[in-house]
Amino acid sequence: MIPELGHFALWLALGVSLVLGVMPMLGAASGRSEWMTLARPSARVLFGLVAFSFVCLAVSFANNDFSVLYVASNSNRLLPLHYRITAVWGGHEGSILLWLLMLTFWSAAVAQFSRHLPETLVARILAVMGWLAFGFLLFVLMTSNPFDRLFPAAPEGRDLNPLLQDPGMVIHPPMLYMGYVGLSVAFSFAVAALIGGNLDSSWARWARPWTTAAWFFLTIGIALGSGWAYYELGWGGWWFWDPVENASFLPWLVATALIHSLAVTEKRGSFKSWTVLLAVLAFSLSLLGTFLVRSGVLSSVHAFATDPTRGRFILAFLVIVIGTSLGLYAWRAPTVGLGARFAFVSRETFLLGNNVLLVVACGAVLLGTLYPLALDAMNLGKISVGPPYFETVFVPLMTPLIFLMGIGPLARWKEAALPDLVKRLTWAAGSAVVATLVVLWAHGGIGFVGALGLLMAFWIVASVATDLVERLRPPDGTRVALLQRARLIPRAMVGMMIAHVGVAVFILGVTLVRTGEVERDVKMEIGDQTEIGDYVFTFRGAREVPGPNYQAARGFIDITKNGRPVTTLRPEKRIYTATQAVMTEAAIDTGLTRDLYVSLGEPIVDKSTNGAPATGSGAWVVRVYYKPFVDWIWGGCLIMAIGGLLAATDRRYRARVRQAKAATADRPSVQVLRPVTAT
Amino acid sequence: MKRVGFLIPLFVFVALAVVLAVGLNRDPREVPSPLIDKPAPAFQLTRLEDPNASIALADLRGKVWMLNVWASWCVACREEHPLLVAFSKKNLLPIYGLDYKDQRDDGMDWLTKMGNPYQASLFDGEGRVGIDFGVYGVPETFIIDKTGTIRMKHIGPLTPDVIATEIEPLLKKLNA
Repeated sequence: MIPELGHFALWLALGVSLVLGVMPMLGAASGRSEWMTLARPSARVLFGLVAFSFVCLAVSFANNDFSVLYVASNSNRLLPLHYRITAVWGGHEGSILLWLLMLTFWSAAVAQFSRHLPETLVARILAVMGWLAFGFLLFVLMTSNPFDRLFPAAPEGRDLNPLLQDPGMVIHPPMLYMGYVGLSVAFSFAVAALIGGNLDSSWARWARPWTTAAWFFLTIGIALGSGWAYYELGWGGWWFWDPVENASFLPWLVATALIHSLAVTEKRGSFKSWTVLLAVLAFSLSLLGTFLVRSGVLSSVHAFATDPTRGRFILAFLVIVIGTSLGLYAWRAPTVGLGARFAFVSRETFLLGNNVLLVVACGAVLLGTLYPLALDAMNLGKISVGPPYFETVFVPLMTPLIFLMGIGPLARWKEAALPDLVKRLTWAAGSAVVATLVVLWAHGGIGFVGALGLLMAFWIVASVATDLVERLRPPDGTRVALLQRARLIPRAMVGMMIAHVGVAVFILGVTLVRTGEVERDVKMEIGDQTEIGDYVFTFRGAREVPGPNYQAARGFIDITKNGRPVTTLRPEKRIYTATQAVMTEAAIDTGLTRDLYVSLGEPIVDKSTNGAPATGSGAWVVRVYYKPFVDWIWGGCLIMAIGGLLAATDRRYRARVRQAKAATADRPSVQVLRPVTAT
Repeated sequence: MKRVGFLIPLFVFVALAVVLAVGLNRDPREVPSPLIDKPAPAFQLTRLEDPNASIALADLRGKVWMLNVWASWCVACREEHPLLVAFSKKNLLPIYGLDYKDQRDDGMDWLTKMGNPYQASLFDGEGRVGIDFGVYGVPETFIIDKTGTIRMKHIGPLTPDVIATEIEPLLKKLNA
């Protein structure tokens, strides 16, 4: 009964999404406000129905209802309850339902927090989101219904993919999807503006917090995925340039460009058509990512179900959504206008550089991801593109981007004096070089790329510090208390500084892991030792340990540093009962400056035990990794995300302030005389 | 002219969509054999049922034939076998078996129980010839033409679909 209710709710939702897609759009076109006012309640009802359906599926999982095909394929009685709930998005059907839930959540959020927006704009935005929901609902109902029954019911479920039985996987997909789908808000803003034809700086101000919020979730989602790969796949790597990873990285790159471009559009009225294009592209790339992951056109370590029917549906959806919006863009964007002029040396120019570099980087990653597919489609053979390509292309693009990141925030809008900029940044450049030289002198042997990485990281920190000091220093000798000056810095500005420092932390992590990591695969018998630097790893043997739905061989490795014990790591090799899948569970001792990473490879098979792993006595291949500063990679991402969160919650975006200013909202869009504040 | 620039994103996307549409109908895991249109590796192997009689590649010159790699330990071969037996009854071409990394007795036993679609089975106990042919999963099937050139390779069990859409048209072409 419960699955049928969930299924029924989806059909109702389909109807509501159609109403949401059609009525407010017609209302906005013909000026009928009673049709436009349908938008908000419809969006809320839509969210309610999809949420209800989602809960129905979750209840079916919690109750082990193996008469539902999707539950039987992705769960098991032995699976602990928390993983039974998260198994809801462990397979294709549930993932799409989660995507849909997020989409309707964002629509409901827009309905809630848009009271200050013109009624026609809200109507159009929500209508566009209604169409998106309609497409995805149709996709679920036609090709990916999670409520399909299995008759006769399975006595036992096939179990959740063991790779996904992990706390990181519990929150990674929701976060990533929040980001992916959150970009649909910026997309809908852009399409609504193109339809309505009024694209001014107040439009950019309304779109900014939504975009930044989506970017926040996307950043966290990608970082979680990377962290999951690091400790769950057992290879010690944190990014593989795998097609599925790239699929999440592409929208991130464009969303990052969009955040910066929106700043220009809001403050200066420039880059309008470019900003709109980026908003369309960011969500288009999210859809493309969904297509790549869900259709199976690319082979990937993530290897999701391959079903050409689903692929065809998503491709058709993709063509309709992206084709229509880009067609609309080609038709309407030429009338948008150019906005305020700016000099060659100005903040606009630096942000333009940022945009170009990010979009080119995105293009390069897209090319590398799709190149094998394109060659195959033209019958030119099968190839695969690996990390060497991506690294060769990516580093030269990021280096100038980081350079601009230091200069941009200090440059004035419209026109900046180059000598003045050089003077203000001399201190930052000098101290970055000195800091790099000090590290090189103290440690040495990190090579050119290592030195470049350090220089970039120090350059960011030093330039952010310069910016901060200039903002805190009282002008012309007036004595304003430091705290008071600090309070005057807008929250969005603080967010930007924090996010930029996050990039520096991230670069430090990447550089130091790259240059300082030690990876060793050794055969170890009980009592064997291996040394990395000051650390001595001693293998104490392995023994059988039962888990709830798996059998594990758990190894014990004592680690000492200079003779003093540090910790004992317990990596596991698990065999899951239902699927007979073998999983490697790495054990990591996390530290601020290094990770000690141990995972069990293969047992050395003893002929006398006839092929069975001789746990407790046998030797194992043990992977021992020393990873300096590796956690800074995710720390950096987290700091970036926090910066984004602060920027998105700046008070000038919040309702109360907006209402106070509502009367002035329709002022001429370009505010030339506004002093330099937040970007 | 100015408007044309705004069309570029749309054009790029259309090109991309075409690539995706074509790519959708392909299997990313399907790896083509480098041996296609190359001469089949030479071999001289004993017959499965008779260690004293041998067959060489040269003996098969002048006819279009099929080489089916199988083994008694192979579960997928068991699944494929009835189809192969049925196909052999159509007498479209001679089918030779390559009993791969197997025991002679097990192999003969298997053919007795399951039916024998093969003109003859070559015994490759060590798997040497299999390696020359680039076999990495059993069953695999090759079609070799009159000049001893490999014209087709199929990895995994044959299906009625593969026979109807790939093998039979190819045979028409080769025998024409």
